[in-house]
Amino acid sequence: MIFKSKLLNEDEVRRALTRIAHEVIEKNKGVDRLCFVGIHTRGISLAKRLVDLVEKFEGKRVPMGILDITLYRDDLSEIGLQPKVRETRIPFDLGGKAVVLVDDVLYTGRTARAALDALIDQGRPSRIYLAVLVDRGHRELPIRADFVGKNLPTSKSEVVKVKTLEDDGEDAVELWEVEAS
Amino acid sequence: MKGDFLIKKAKLVDGRGVHGTADVLIGEGRILSLSGGEAPSVLDASGMILSPGFFDPHAHLREPGQEVKEDLQSGLTAAARGGYTDIVSMPNTTPVVDNPEIVAALKKKAAQIQQARLHPAAALTQGQEGKVLSEAHRLQEAGAVMLTDDGKTNEDAGVLAQGLLYAASWGLVVAVHAEDAGLRRNGVMNEGAVSYRLGLPGNSGYAESARIARDLEVVRYVLDRLAAKAAPDRLLHIQHLSTRRGLELIRQAKHQGLPVTTEVGPHHLTLTEEALNGLNPLYKVAPPLRTQSDVEALIEGLLDGSIDCIGTDHAPHTQDEKELDLLRAPFGIPSLEVCWPLLYTELVEKRGFPLDVLVARFTDGPRRVLGFPPLHLEEGAEASLVLWNPSAQRAVEPQTFASKARFSPWAGWELKGWPVCTWVEGQMVCKAMEGEGIGQSAP
Amino acid sequence: MSESATPSFPKHLLDFRDWNRRQVESLLETAQMMQEVLARPVKKVPALTGFTVATVFFEPSTRTRISFELAARRMSADVVSFSGATSSTTKGETYRDTLRTLDQMGIDAYILRTDAAGVPHQAHRWLHKPVINAGDGWRAHPTQALLDAFTLREKLGSLEGKKIAIVGDILHSRVARSNAELLPMLGATVVACGPATLLPGSLPGATLTTSLREALYEADAVMVLRLQKERMEKGLLPSLPEYIAAYQVNRERLGWAKPQAPLLHPGPMNRDVELEGTLADSAQSLVERQVANGQAVRMAVLYHVLVGKS
Repeated sequence: MIFKSKLLNEDEVRRALTRIAHEVIEKNKGVDRLCFVGIHTRGISLAKRLVDLVEKFEGKRVPMGILDITLYRDDLSEIGLQPKVRETRIPFDLGGKAVVLVDDVLYTGRTARAALDALIDQGRPSRIYLAVLVDRGHRELPIRADFVGKNLPTSKSEVVKVKTLEDDGEDAVELWEVEAS
Repeated sequence: MKGDFLIKKAKLVDGRGVHGTADVLIGEGRILSLSGGEAPSVLDASGMILSPGFFDPHAHLREPGQEVKEDLQSGLTAAARGGYTDIVSMPNTTPVVDNPEIVAALKKKAAQIQQARLHPAAALTQGQEGKVLSEAHRLQEAGAVMLTDDGKTNEDAGVLAQGLLYAASWGLVVAVHAEDAGLRRNGVMNEGAVSYRLGLPGNSGYAESARIARDLEVVRYVLDRLAAKAAPDRLLHIQHLSTRRGLELIRQAKHQGLPVTTEVGPHHLTLTEEALNGLNPLYKVAPPLRTQSDVEALIEGLLDGSIDCIGTDHAPHTQDEKELDLLRAPFGIPSLEVCWPLLYTELVEKRGFPLDVLVARFTDGPRRVLGFPPLHLEEGAEASLVLWNPSAQRAVEPQTFASKARFSPWAGWELKGWPVCTWVEGQMVCKAMEGEGIGQSAP
Repeated sequence: MSESATPSFPKHLLDFRDWNRRQVESLLETAQMMQEVLARPVKKVPALTGFTVATVFFEPSTRTRISFELAARRMSADVVSFSGATSSTTKGETYRDTLRTLDQMGIDAYILRTDAAGVPHQAHRWLHKPVINAGDGWRAHPTQALLDAFTLREKLGSLEGKKIAIVGDILHSRVARSNAELLPMLGATVVACGPATLLPGSLPGATLTTSLREALYEADAVMVLRLQKERMEKGLLPSLPEYIAAYQVNRERLGWAKPQAPLLHPGPMNRDVELEGTLADSAQSLVERQVANGQAVRMAVLYHVLVGKS
């Protein structure tokens, strides 16, 4: 893959997350029954940041869970990969909660769909929001995000890489081009 | 001179050796001349070889009672297509061939089929139960040429001794399936590295050699008992020899002048236990396929005469039966139609085994075991002949078999030496299909 | 991407003849991930939704069957069961007929148990569908060996250079054969021990001995096999007390192995025959862990043969 450009730098990522945190509080009319569930891997780091930001703005720490969706994917046969199943841990009752599912990039919508199934297997929230740092388009399912850090039109041959301080040592969103083979 | 058939320019090979080409005139059931003559049918046999008809001392034709596997019609047709003019059928049918009426009925029915000739073997003991001797003399009168409990093993040495003693009076050979049932247990393949690895019940080669050793001692005992009378030149025939060790015992016994003979089957000369690696019951046979060392020894024994003849042990079963699992599938491999081209290709072509010796093991060898005179290509000899093509190559295609058992461990093997025509007493009973190298021209 | 390192897999599990170390290790990693699913409150994922697997057992084995069926169900596959005991096989229908009949019903994978070696291979030739061998005669029981390897690695870490003793009726044991095939592939040394009449003449992958002391000496783990009582009737063993006196793994003899060497048994167990009963419940015993791991391993196998990269 060839690096093309940096779409968001550290400050821009921080600002995007801050805005999302505000919008969540706004839309949920406060933090009552609010919780965040991060999707492996970078969705977890982003969810943690959102929890921190919400606490900063509202003075209350809301619960957070993590979700692995590998075996919920509908394209396992096509990709045929060694499954990288990781921990799913939601250490609170989802019943009646307003859940913000957090992922780094919204693309085809398949991950979000799998995440909805995986989440619903764990309990019965009163509602589910979807928050993503980047929406790059090319949806294959009727899914949209409630909170978007940045809309970035891309081509299918491009790859959007979200980097986080926790996982990659820096906060950034980068655009890469898949090499023609 | 006038005859029925003239076979022109055929190369002659019989048990005495390889001869030159000749124009063989057949008539009145005999070879009338080796130097041409007139006949309404003339075959141009250039490039082909004419031999005396093959004689199989060991085939299972399944009639009566198991016609779903094979019957006289299919079995004798398969034999003729394989170049056989004479065939000994085993008596382990349902019911067992243990009385003169069944022998006579089989003979009569086979004669009407007009393919290879049938020479029934009869049971050594009634019902092949290993207890009461069958009526050797009456059976012989009806046409039986051999006594055997093949299909079962002769566990009671005393009964075998009495059987040998009694059969000797009538000049009948007794054939034995030499495997010790206790050592063999329920083995389904050769016991050894392959069976240990595959986790299949093994049948050790020592089950065969231990039984041969016992039976040779029984023969010595019987000879002692016969001392006052004329000692026979044939007494015990050990069927389907499969082991190097068993061969050593027989070779030694023959050197000491014991009246024992033996045979080997085409599968024991061309396949080994490794064939079972694919876990296919097609290769399940008794005695089992052994090791390459055994194969080498058996070929050596066939060459030096320790092994008298080739016996196919043609053992047809239904395809369904052979597709059971390895524990339940029946033992046996059908081979009448491939035996000659298989051994011609694998032994003569690939290993340089002398052709005339191989022909002898298909003709004079089995004839001697059974007390038939040798049959050679000479004027006046009975015209039971096979013409075969040493150069045309063709793959084994079981679906074309005349036998009902249309499967083969040699399926797909490219072989030469396929029979082209078979005559029994001057009658052409089998002719190869179109396009298989038979040239026919007007006189 | 790291996923590209995933090796391709045979689309069947008959034995380990056509598997290599990388594939086995990858499979065991998948099993580790399946453990993660089994640790969730909701132990079910939709990974195999739409697939139908058949457990076809021509020889009864409740435990193995339940383990496979649960594994399939936890991945949302549909499961049908065919049992030889109540089937038409006793009425003369052949395995081939039975399997071909099932095949007309749209089965995606077969889990096969038979008393005869080789039937899974035959089935694989007849069906052109994934076949998982759940035990064929004395020959192979690959998922048992995989769960044994998984359990051993959980306890011992890498099996490189580890000595694993297998004790009992080696000759008639598919468990011993599959472990002798698999464990050396993962770097272990296998010593198989039993009375001379219950040892094969050779066993690739294992050293054979009739000396229990030699087998257990400094062993890193001990696997005890079930003794079938009909061996006495077939003249292979003098008596049960004789076997116990010479070959039972008891507390004293287990002391010949390394301290705290884990103890495995494929089950079902004859307590106080091949194994001193209280040992099975001791801290050294991994018997229950084996059963738990069996499910994860079978989930991984199903995953690989049905949706893995071929």
